[in-house]
Amino acid sequence: MDAPFLQAITTRFGSAILKQTEFRDELTLQIAGDIALDFLAFCRDECGFDYLLDISSLDNFGIEPRWEMVYELYALSNGAHHHLRVKYTVAENTKAASVSDLWPTAGWHEREIYDMMGIEFSGLADHRRILMWEGYPYFPLRKDFPLAGRPSEMPDVAFTDRAPLAGGPFVTSPTSATTVDREPRSREIL
Amino acid sequence: MSDSIPQHAAYDSKIEGNIIFTKADSAINWMRKNSLWPMPMGLACCAIELMGAGASRFDIARFGAEVMRFSPRQSDVMIVAGTVTYKMALAVKRVWDQMPEPKWCIAMGACASSGGMYRSYAVLQGIDNLIPVDVYVSGCPPRPEALLEGLMRLQDKISKEESARAHFQTTATA
Repeated sequence: MDAPFLQAITTRFGSAILKQTEFRDELTLQIAGDIALDFLAFCRDECGFDYLLDISSLDNFGIEPRWEMVYELYALSNGAHHHLRVKYTVAENTKAASVSDLWPTAGWHEREIYDMMGIEFSGLADHRRILMWEGYPYFPLRKDFPLAGRPSEMPDVAFTDRAPLAGGPFVTSPTSATTVDREPRSREIL
Repeated sequence: MSDSIPQHAAYDSKIEGNIIFTKADSAINWMRKNSLWPMPMGLACCAIELMGAGASRFDIARFGAEVMRFSPRQSDVMIVAGTVTYKMALAVKRVWDQMPEPKWCIAMGACASSGGMYRSYAVLQGIDNLIPVDVYVSGCPPRPEALLEGLMRLQDKISKEESARAHFQTTATA
């Protein structure tokens, strides 16, 4: 891809870009975690990525480092319409850098990531849960948390119970083996 | 029994108008079931079908239930229309507690009846875990006609209640 912003990025951050992939005009850059905030600030200020489309996170359960942050950036002004995906890994029990000073919309996205995954952000002003309630003890979208939920109780606020799943989520795994391997009877986590 | 009921002498309907003798139960139940004011607990997509039932084509006003004031103090039946998340559950219970007796509950749709398709950590698996439900209407969402059928079933249930007994209790049984 011969976008001008890519030239500027590789000139400035050459060594910190660990991997660059392109799939059907979608550009993804895997970067080192320690310069992530500078990298994203550079993208916003110098490369014109003024619109943060989304922040997402991955749980690589069983692999170190466990968390991976994914930022979708978009350049709106002057009809540029450039799209960039930035990924970096975060080790468990370390904090990721908050971009809510660069893009104010990041505040709610990072609150959701904290609520669902438990990744903490340094520099996030409002570090509260957003979907579940204050005091809910678990992080529901982690890979070691069951879909059915776990019982919890906060008097006068909310309670949760385990939902009856009759043996767990019946999902298929992508494999060319037989149906017995492809569709296990139960993938239940308790 | 007929000799203990005082009989009027010389009752002329042209002079005294339309008077009907009936049981207190029947009269009270008839009044209650034909003026069920809903408390619409419209939480999700079923609320759209609830609105459709209240609009002109399916017309819940035919059953006396068009008064959907969002005040629990003035309603008779709470129609729980939509997914009840655990976060919202205690708020629904609080609104239910504020409704004065007599009150009934219609669980509209799959999510209110049993948690629906959401067997997950965030969804209460049926509002009947918290409040007593009288009628469950199935569907995702139920058609407005299905909700009206549920309302009619509730009316049948109300017509069989012993409403007068609660009011005319003697001191011996109170």
